[in-house]
Amino acid sequence: MQETQYLIVGASHAALSALQAIRMQDAEGSVTVVTRDDALPYSPTVLPYVVSGRSAPERVALKDGAWFEKNKVGFIRGAAVTAVDATAKRAKLSSGEEIAYGKLLLATGAAPLLPPIPGLKDVKFHVLRTLDDAVGLHAALPQTKQAVVLGAGLVGMHAAENLAKAGAQVTVVEMQPRVLAGYFDAEASAIIEAAFAAKGVKLMLGAKVSRCNTAGKTVRVTTDGGATLDADLLLVAAGVAPVTDYLAGSGVDIDRGILVDDSMRTSVDGIWAAGDVAQAKGFYDGAKTLNGILPEAVEQGKIAGMAMAGDPTVKPYPGGVPLNTYTFFGQQAVSVGSQNEGEVVRKEADAKRYLKIVMQGNCLTGIFGINVAFDPGVMWEIILRRIDLGSVREAFIADPQKTARGIMSRTWR
Amino acid sequence: MGAFNTISFLPEHCDGCNACMTACATAKTGAPDVINSRIQIVADGGSFELAMCRQCGDPKCVANCPAAALAKNDADGVIDWDGTKCVNCLLCTVGCAYGGIVHNVAAGHVVKCDTCGGDPICVKACDRGALKYLTTANIYNEVGDLEDLFVPGLAGCQGCNTELIMRHTMRRIGPDTVLATPPGCIPGMGSVGYNGLTGTKVPVFHPLLTNTASMLTGVKRHYKRQGREVNAVALAGDGGASDVGFQSLSGAAERGEQILFICVDNEGYMNTGMQRSSCTPFGAWTSTTPVGERGTGKTQDAKNMPLLMVMHNCEYVATASTAFMEDLYDKLDKAIAASKRGFAYLHIYSPCTTGWRFPSQENIEVARKAVEANFVMLWESNPRDGLQLTRGVEQPLSIAEYLKALGKYRHLSEEQVGHIQATVEKNVSFIKGLAEGRHPSMAQVMAGQA
Ligand SMILES: Cc1cc2nc3c(=O)[nH]c(=O)nc-3n(C[C@H](O)[C@H](O)[C@H](O)COP(=O)(O)OP(=O)(O)OC[C@H]3O[C@@H](n4cnc5c(N)ncnc54)[C@H](O)[C@@H]3O)c2cc1C
Repeated sequence: MQETQYLIVGASHAALSALQAIRMQDAEGSVTVVTRDDALPYSPTVLPYVVSGRSAPERVALKDGAWFEKNKVGFIRGAAVTAVDATAKRAKLSSGEEIAYGKLLLATGAAPLLPPIPGLKDVKFHVLRTLDDAVGLHAALPQTKQAVVLGAGLVGMHAAENLAKAGAQVTVVEMQPRVLAGYFDAEASAIIEAAFAAKGVKLMLGAKVSRCNTAGKTVRVTTDGGATLDADLLLVAAGVAPVTDYLAGSGVDIDRGILVDDSMRTSVDGIWAAGDVAQAKGFYDGAKTLNGILPEAVEQGKIAGMAMAGDPTVKPYPGGVPLNTYTFFGQQAVSVGSQNEGEVVRKEADAKRYLKIVMQGNCLTGIFGINVAFDPGVMWEIILRRIDLGSVREAFIADPQKTARGIMSRTWR
Repeated sequence: MGAFNTISFLPEHCDGCNACMTACATAKTGAPDVINSRIQIVADGGSFELAMCRQCGDPKCVANCPAAALAKNDADGVIDWDGTKCVNCLLCTVGCAYGGIVHNVAAGHVVKCDTCGGDPICVKACDRGALKYLTTANIYNEVGDLEDLFVPGLAGCQGCNTELIMRHTMRRIGPDTVLATPPGCIPGMGSVGYNGLTGTKVPVFHPLLTNTASMLTGVKRHYKRQGREVNAVALAGDGGASDVGFQSLSGAAERGEQILFICVDNEGYMNTGMQRSSCTPFGAWTSTTPVGERGTGKTQDAKNMPLLMVMHNCEYVATASTAFMEDLYDKLDKAIAASKRGFAYLHIYSPCTTGWRFPSQENIEVARKAVEANFVMLWESNPRDGLQLTRGVEQPLSIAEYLKALGKYRHLSEEQVGHIQATVEKNVSFIKGLAEGRHPSMAQVMAGQA
């Protein structure tokens, strides 16, 4: 049986970030990475661009074989972990093989959530989470005239844009009254919605799909308002759920995701979790939530790796902050922090530009912009450090980018 | 992974002239619009701050890139951006807490500093001294590649600065050397060897404290007579140089013997139990200047050894610190060259973790603070050009900031700190005076230039 000091399940952002942190502290300890994808590590976030053809599938690898070799990391691809025996410290692979580990990181991410829509299981539909999904969607593009996308989150919106650019007539159906409701308010979403409408994408907001069925060569989608849409491509992008099925009987505590503490430890000794699969403390209220975004996967992976390798400089997880960048039809939207914690101290919106700043007392809690320049990473740090902006409040509100850069350069240069 | 060159910003010298931004924007886009500059200077009250790529060692922009478009270059440490892979998702800008990679409207994608391929135009454009391109890392890498002329496993204390000095000076000077190591930490940690084997890979001998410079003189003259050119180098402590060894040192300097005498100044006799020397500063605790009911540390000021050597009309005299290795290497090269013409003296300050009482990992920080507080000044001198500062002494760190880093000053009264402060100021003013030609050096007086 293969033995490894560190076993990492998953090969995406959380896994690679942990790997890097382990190697910073422990240059020699044996590390094995297992992923169920039969591919070099890649990011789900790049997939919309694989769908559109902008990124060639063979050019999106985040690491290659030479990198694994140089870092003395064993890389097993195309094998899923199917069970974990936490007492014996062994993981079982779909290949039948077993691996004995010293420390285990669960970085298995999330998978598309399929809403309980009558008939959905019986029609042909796509999801977008793996490279295979993306290659399949890319191949389907030329034959796609009518596309229906379920869900106006990041995945759905990215896909809708690419489908439209490929020449399809696209309809997005979303239960919420606006697009990207997790990141933007009504005014900001309106700018994004207008851009899609201008490109001929139909947005059906506040609408629920009540059933799906096959109608000849197409899929027929019926909404609760009674509308019917015929699609030769149906993409389900109705959210994701952590991948935890292989943990049955392992004793690892799971709520919606794997519950972790501030150093990404699970309830079971010797097992850590990070990224989309983990349910970790939220920054604002401390309650454990899912925050399935790439920058948090990187952050949590790093903490997990440091903790696993016993790096003395590891700092406790400050808590997840919702944040994202979203580019659409050449425009830039940035969302850092919470819409609801504190009061809006500046808000302006027109057809092309949007800026909103939210503060609690003299601390920044959120900043949101469309086609407005500021540094998201600097703002994130200002939020996490709860920097008292009292002495520069007016200047910050007037020119957040410049003022924040000054604070950065003075405070953590 | 090696060390890398880096652009450093000294905000105290920046007056917001924007020359760097104009130069950068012009170089990168063909037009001087500063909004397109990869280096951004921001006014912050009366001073100026910087937003720019730090070329991080563990770059989060790279970790956040889903498209493998960013990568740290192993050769020069620059974070390279690959436009053919970038998908414009801007997640790198979320990862960067320095405003170092930003979406640029004109370009239509993110832009960042690429250090102009190792010749940054912003630095060249800055005539205020606020931007510097630090190439020290290269020197570390280069010198690190040279042969270490000491054996592994010398028995120095943990974090010993003197061992660093020994290994790096000899790497730089090279194997064509005869080395004298009088009693002190340097032979004490094993460089003269055990059981008939030396701890060096060059000929080494162990003179008495009193006769180091004389013996080295004899060796050098002997080689000369044989027609062989060798470097004759002494690696001595401050005790061996400034106290009982001073007579032979002074004689050799006065006669212009062609040797390089390096004084590794750890401000006392550290290997024999931390006794005071004439280089121990005022107020310092040592085992012979104890602190107790009556004792308050040393009650005399240190003698200024390097200045005494200047007054010997030496071919070359300089001070150096391991916190400023680029400067140290530069002076070593000059000192070796000068030792072919006459007497060269190099005084290297060497904080001692054991004797000065500070944590071993703080060594370089202590060395740096000593220089930044002007407790130690970096300069060089030769008979033709007089004395020149090699590092500015304006806007020093407070002396208290330096003193509080060291256990040997823990007991100081306010009065004693005041005395040290006054001594430092006196020194600064005197040496500045020399540098500015207000006090002509001995040599200049003798050469009739004053
Ligand atoms: C289309 C799309 C667009 C996105 N856009 C953005 C965006 O703009 N911004 C943003 O912040 N986030 C975005 N995301 C989310 C982002 O990609 C994720 O937050 C991030 O990838 C999480 O990383 P992770 O390492 O936790 O998990 P994942 O990236 O999901 O990786 C999970 C890994 O685990 C492996 N695995 C799973 N189960 C097993 C098993 N049983 N055995 C072995 N291996 C297993 C998988 O093969 C994979 O390697 C997007 C996601 C998608 C799908």
